[in-house]
Amino acid sequence: MYIEIINEEFDPWQKLVDYKKSQLKDRKNIGACSVFLGTMRDINSGDEIKSMELQHYPEMTESYLEKISENTIKKYKIIDTIILHRVGLVSPSDPIVLVATWSEHREDAFEATREIMEALKSEAPFWKKESTDKGFRWVEPQAEISEDMNEV
Amino acid sequence: MYHSLIIMVIVVKYFASISDAIGKTSEKIVLQHEMTVGEVWTDVSKNIKYAGKVMMAVNHEYVDDNYLLTDEDEVAFFPPVTGG
Repeated sequence: MYIEIINEEFDPWQKLVDYKKSQLKDRKNIGACSVFLGTMRDINSGDEIKSMELQHYPEMTESYLEKISENTIKKYKIIDTIILHRVGLVSPSDPIVLVATWSEHREDAFEATREIMEALKSEAPFWKKESTDKGFRWVEPQAEISEDMNEV
Repeated sequence: MYHSLIIMVIVVKYFASISDAIGKTSEKIVLQHEMTVGEVWTDVSKNIKYAGKVMMAVNHEYVDDNYLLTDEDEVAFFPPVTGG
């Protein structure tokens, strides 16, 4: 299990390869890896977003991400998990969050990755402040959910 | 008959739009009597304009507004989270 809060631009794929090589190279029972990568969009609620500041509550964030990972590992047959999350100033198309889970079979990895993301979005104390032509604004969680649902 | 005087010191942290509304990120507050976290929120928010939902945490765990505070607790008030 690995959790990292990162306050500069990062390459999620390199991080994934590095972790796999250093921590999982001897785990021959791995049959599946599921990955979710969230990146910043340049449009939200109809407005162009120039940049975004990601704020968090450091002490609580780390403990919540650990708790979310531990709960998921207990619930599914998961061999390992990583969660990487950006904070600080983010630009459109920058990676924001990477979740990866490893398991013997794909169902566990698929379900666990989704569950970690859903729990992270509703429980982990991060907040987004967008910069638009109209000024700064804090992102409302409900606006994001309704927009995501419209995309389905 | 004795009335014991309770003095507790708590740290209160504010985040995101609530921090903007309060105008600070943290403060120490002295409690002269037992208080719930909801009562502390009522006190610190009485002069601000914030109409949104308030999340409350004590020592890095989510709590309800009737959670009873103890000395040296770290309290946090923040809006619903929007990470990911």
